[in-house]
Amino acid sequence: MIALLAVTFLLLGVSPRVGLSALWVGAFGDADGHLYPLSETLVKTTPLLLTGLGVVVAWRGGMFSVGAEGQLIVGATAGAAVGLWGSHLPGFLITLLVLSAGAGAGAAWGYLAGWLRVRRNVQEVISTIMLNYIALSLLGALVEGPLQEKTHRVSQSNPLPNSALLPHLFPRTWTNEIQTRLHSGILIAVFAAFVVMIYLFYTAGGFKLRVVGQNPEAARAARYEVDALRLRAMLFSGALCGLAGATELLGITGRLYKDFSPGWGYTAIPVALLGGLHPLGTLLSALFFGALTAGTGHLSRFSNVSSVLVNVIQAVAVLAFVGIRAFRNRQSGGE
Amino acid sequence: MDILISILMVATPLLLAALGEAIVQKSGIVNVGLEGMMLTGAFAATLGALSTPGHPGNAVLGLLYALLAGGAMAALFAFFVVKLEANQVVVGVVVNLLALGLTGTIYRAKFGQGGGFISTQILPHLLGKLNGLTLFAFFATPLIWFWVNRTRGGLELRSCGEQPLSAEASGISVLKTRTGAILFGGMMAGLAGAYLSIGSTGTFSENMSSGRGFIALAIVTSGRWSAVGCLIAALVFGGAEALQFQGQALGIHLPYQVFNALPYVVTLLVLAFGGKSAQAPASLGRPYHKS
Repeated sequence: MIALLAVTFLLLGVSPRVGLSALWVGAFGDADGHLYPLSETLVKTTPLLLTGLGVVVAWRGGMFSVGAEGQLIVGATAGAAVGLWGSHLPGFLITLLVLSAGAGAGAAWGYLAGWLRVRRNVQEVISTIMLNYIALSLLGALVEGPLQEKTHRVSQSNPLPNSALLPHLFPRTWTNEIQTRLHSGILIAVFAAFVVMIYLFYTAGGFKLRVVGQNPEAARAARYEVDALRLRAMLFSGALCGLAGATELLGITGRLYKDFSPGWGYTAIPVALLGGLHPLGTLLSALFFGALTAGTGHLSRFSNVSSVLVNVIQAVAVLAFVGIRAFRNRQSGGE
Repeated sequence: MDILISILMVATPLLLAALGEAIVQKSGIVNVGLEGMMLTGAFAATLGALSTPGHPGNAVLGLLYALLAGGAMAALFAFFVVKLEANQVVVGVVVNLLALGLTGTIYRAKFGQGGGFISTQILPHLLGKLNGLTLFAFFATPLIWFWVNRTRGGLELRSCGEQPLSAEASGISVLKTRTGAILFGGMMAGLAGAYLSIGSTGTFSENMSSGRGFIALAIVTSGRWSAVGCLIAALVFGGAEALQFQGQALGIHLPYQVFNALPYVVTLLVLAFGGKSAQAPASLGRPYHKS
C-alpha cells in the first residue's frame, strides 16, 4: 500500500518522502503533539464505518445493495425535518428523535429496495441506484422548498438547535486549544460495529441471514423464510446507513444542505469489502480510509495533489484485494 | 423546433451509453461502472483535442482518445469480471471511483490547483446544431436492434445472457462474447463522454458526467434491453430534462428536482409493474464459471 502511494506521488511529480509524511501528518498529527488531524481522521471514520456496516449486513444477506448513499441521504433529511419540527423540545429529546428518524427513514428506503426484490423480482443493484438518485432529488427539492432556511437564498435548511447536537469528544488541551470537530457519533458507530458482529455471528437470526446470502437454495431447503430474511437484511442495512446520515447531521453539519454527502455511501462498499465483510474488519478499514481521506485533504492544501486521489487509492486497493482473492480461489479450486 | 433540437442534444450521450450498456446486459453482465467510463471518455476526449493545438482535425482526434479510454476502462472491468469472476457490482463501483480519482488527479496535476478553465475545439455541426455523434447514435439504434434480434451474432449474444451453459454447449465462447460486449459498451460510453466535453461544451470539469451514466442504466432497464426501447426512453428522459427549462417558461411551477428524479421513478415503476416482458436477461449479474 505504501509502495503504491509512493509510486503515485512519483507519477504526480511529488517527492514520495514529502508526500507520505504530509499524508501521515494530515491523518495522525505531527511530532509536536498536534492531535487535531487524528480527530479529523475519526470524524471521517464515523460515516464510513456506519455505512460500511450497512453494506456488510446487506451483502452478508446476499443483497448486493449499492443503496447506502441514498439511505444516508434520506436519514439525514428525515432527521433534519424532525429536528426542525421539534426544535422547541428539550435537546436530548431532539437528539433521540433525530437519530431514530434517520435510522427509520434509512430502513424504509432499504426496505423499498428489498420489497422490490422479493415481491417484484427487481434486481437490487438497479433499484438501489435509482433510489439513491431519487433521494438526492428529494433532498434538493426540500432544501429549496419546505425545509429551506428563512431567507430563502441558500439551498440549505435552518440550523438545528445547539442543544440537540452531539457533544464534542477531544478535550481542548490535546489540540493546543483548537476546537476539534470530533463528536460522540464515533462511539455510536463503534458500538454499532459490535452490535452487528453479535447479531451476525452469535444469534440464530444472523446465522440464517448468512446462510441465505451464501446459499439461498440450502436456506430454502432448510425452510428458512428467505424473503423475510432478505427484507430484514435491507431494513437493518438501511437503518445503519440512515443513522450515518443523522449522526453526520448532528455531529458535523448541524443543518441539511444540498451536497450533504460527498459520496460516503459509495465509499462504503470498498470499506466493507476490504474489511472482509466482517464488522471488526470494517472498523479497521473505515479507520484506514478515514485516515486516508483526512491525509489527502491535508495534502491537497499545499500541493497539486488533489484530494480525489483518495478514490484512486481505494480503487486500486480493492482491485488488488479482489484480484488476489480470485487468484487464490482459482489455485485452490483448480485441478 | 428548438425544443426538438435541445431534446436530441440532451438525449445523445444518454442514448450512446445506453446502447452500449444494452449489449453488455444482453450478454449477462451489469456494468455499474458506466458512469466512470463516460467520465474517462469525456476527459480523454479533452486531452486528445488539446494534444494537437491549432490543427483543425483535433476534435476528431479527441473522439479516438475517448474510444481508447472507454475501451481501456472496459478492458479492466472485463478482466476482473469475466476472467477473475469477481463481483460485477464491486468492480463497477471501483471503476467509478477510479475514474473520478484518476481524471480529477490528472486534471489538477496538469491544469493547476483550481483546475483552470480549459477550452477545446468542438466537433463540427453537421445538421443544424447537431454533430456527427448525434447522427451516429440515431443511425446506430436500428442497426444494433437488427443485429441483436435478427442475426446469428445477436442470437449468440442473447444466449450468453439467458442460458450461458447451453450457449457454451452449442459451441459459443461465453467468456469471449461477454468480453467483446463489455469492450463495445466501454467504447460507446467513451463516445458518450466525448459528447459531453468536445461534443457540446468544449470544456471539461471534474465529475462532469454527474450521474448521466446512471440515467443511461435507467434507460436500458426501462427501455427493456432493446435498442429501440433505449431510443424511446432516452428521448423521454432527455425530453424531461429539456422540458424543465421550458416548463418554467410555460408557467408550470414544479421544482426542477421532480424532472431530475423522473427517469429513476419511471424505471422503478416499469421494473416493478411492467409485467413479464420487463424481465431482465435470466443470467444477468451472475458470473459464468467455465469448467
